[in-house]
Amino acid sequence: MFSFIARRIGTILLTMLCLTLVVFFLVNLEPNLKKLAISQTEMHTPADQLESWLVNHGYRQNFFLRYGQWLGVLPKHPITDPATGKTTQRFSFCNDPTEPQFSGVLQGDFGCSTKFKTTVAAKLFPALGATGLLMFWVLAVMVPISLLIGILAGMREGSRTDRVLSVASIASTATPEYVSGVIFTVIFASWLGWLNGSAASASQGITFYNFTLPVITLAIYGTGYIARMTRASMVEVMTQQYIRTARLKGLSFSSVVIKHALRNALIAPFTVIMLQFPWLLTGVVIVEVMFRYQGFGYTLVEAAGNNDIDLLLGCSLVSVFIVLITQLISDVGYAFLNPRIRVQ
Amino acid sequence: MQTEYISAFDVVIGVLWRFWPVWVALILVMSASFSYRRKLGLYGQLFDSGVGIAGVFICLFWLFTAIFASTISPFDPLAQVSVMKDTLPGAIEPASKLVYYFGGDKLARDVFSRMVYGSQIVLIIAPAATGFALMVGITLGLPAGYYGGKIDTLLSFLANLVLAFPVILLFYLLVTPGIMDTPIPYAMAGLFFLFPIIFFCVLFWTRYKNRPDRLYILLGITLVVGGWIYAGLVFDKDPLHIVHIDPNQLNIFVAVVFASSPGVFRIVRGLTMDIKTRDYVAAAQTRGESPWYIMLWEILPNARGPLIVDACLRIGYTTILLGTLGYFGLGLAPESPDWGTAIKDASRLLRSFIHPALPPTIALMSFVLGLNLLADSLREQSMKD
Repeated sequence: MFSFIARRIGTILLTMLCLTLVVFFLVNLEPNLKKLAISQTEMHTPADQLESWLVNHGYRQNFFLRYGQWLGVLPKHPITDPATGKTTQRFSFCNDPTEPQFSGVLQGDFGCSTKFKTTVAAKLFPALGATGLLMFWVLAVMVPISLLIGILAGMREGSRTDRVLSVASIASTATPEYVSGVIFTVIFASWLGWLNGSAASASQGITFYNFTLPVITLAIYGTGYIARMTRASMVEVMTQQYIRTARLKGLSFSSVVIKHALRNALIAPFTVIMLQFPWLLTGVVIVEVMFRYQGFGYTLVEAAGNNDIDLLLGCSLVSVFIVLITQLISDVGYAFLNPRIRVQ
Repeated sequence: MQTEYISAFDVVIGVLWRFWPVWVALILVMSASFSYRRKLGLYGQLFDSGVGIAGVFICLFWLFTAIFASTISPFDPLAQVSVMKDTLPGAIEPASKLVYYFGGDKLARDVFSRMVYGSQIVLIIAPAATGFALMVGITLGLPAGYYGGKIDTLLSFLANLVLAFPVILLFYLLVTPGIMDTPIPYAMAGLFFLFPIIFFCVLFWTRYKNRPDRLYILLGITLVVGGWIYAGLVFDKDPLHIVHIDPNQLNIFVAVVFASSPGVFRIVRGLTMDIKTRDYVAAAQTRGESPWYIMLWEILPNARGPLIVDACLRIGYTTILLGTLGYFGLGLAPESPDWGTAIKDASRLLRSFIHPALPPTIALMSFVLGLNLLADSLREQSMKD
């Protein structure tokens, strides 16, 4: 078990290394650097000054050298004025070193956000906290509802309840966040006026009024999928011998479902819920942009739109880490929940 | 000048009437399929359940809408008639006396015509991209599952690498205007579009290598047609100027194929690992068939059930991805009538006008719903066998 987890963590680190290298390559393409230089200088700056801005801020150094600096295996250098030999900080707004030192991700320095004029850590971690809150409420709504739908549908396969709930879950998987968001806003904000169509005020404090729409919009797309997986698992469990035995013993249907079927049927959905996180990440981006909620997704869009290199790398690192760690949890947890599976 | 309106009832009748070519085609196809359903194999079995009929109906509806878009829509999707700005549904356009059935948007374009034309973009890109993703996934997934070992480790690692990327980040990195100045999209297109040609060449080679008369004809056709489409799509140098793709659309296409082929790869790999333990594969191995023959002619046909179901779901998922791209304004032109862009434009103005937002959302949702119903019904039918 221990060696399995160690090997998986090794793979995770390798994957993160490869992916950040790919992201680093893509954000440092020539057109993207031009875009960055234009957004960071005054309007109508001539081309040679754009170029000198890039040189001055170290963007023209060797690609692998800069990746090493970002990672923290090579020292970061301050800007040196060639005429006087005086050194200045690369970006004054985030305490860059004035003398060469190792200051990368490995040392806990995620770099400098050019868009928000602050350190990446100062921008990214509060945003992650805000998104964590959103995720918590989404899971608190989505998981119980979808498990309930799945169990009710799978209890008696082919019944009317099963048909109705199955079609409803298929419909929910056909409703991406930007569709359900628009429809819910039209119904609950424009027509009925019950809820707020914007969650911008949720940064100060969440209320039922401003937070319900983002949560149900995000929850509805995943609900159908988890419900269908739970249903499939429940249907399979209900055909097992031990369920028939329990029925033939004379137990009532409800106690068979609650005492015998439920525990076995909930093993598979656990994996599915864990694997929903990558999907939720994309949903978070859409929902946060749509409802103007200042979280991780909003930060990611701002970083990508302005080619904010360090912030975007930080975002990729976080999202890739979340995806991979949930996969690991789902594998290990599955082995714990299901004694028939042995991890090798 | 006061804009004149027709009543809500007239709007409904008018919209239904505009779709007349679709209804005619639907009645013909559905009744023909229904009466010959016993002879049509898996497709015919769809007509045994209500869910299947609903799925076929919705998918065919949007297919015919895309085909007859120019007949159905009363206006050009890009034309702006300034008096019709933000008009409510049922407004009459003064010059032509035609009706803006679903009203006008903020740029005074007909919402109804844009929705109809939007179906064309979705129905061209989504199935084609899914087809390419299937080709890539099958061509790589079969050897990974069949041989196992190093090749499996490498390919699975690459697939997991792509899958670990949140889709939205991938799109922001791959579908930006700047990236069109670099050779990356063309290189990726060049790589991905090679897979169908390789797939069909190997397919025919393994089957007919002892029958040169058949083999050379089939290989010739594959190489000529494949090479022709390849030249048109990747280099935009089709000698006959028939196959042509906009650079923007090529970029989207490549990004969507890139995002969805690892999923296909995983499914094909899993199916292959399962099927290769069967007796008929052992029989083929004993006969001395080559590994690629076994993969393509023994394993692949037996994996077709789950693959067809997955393809249906995947077209729906690709439609959602295209909508996401449109929603974030990535890749497609800002005035493009596709549903995602329309939803983005309309959702910004939801506080003042809601009518431009509803047609594209409902269109996208119904099309994906149709595909999901179809997939569900196919799965149920194939489990019965």
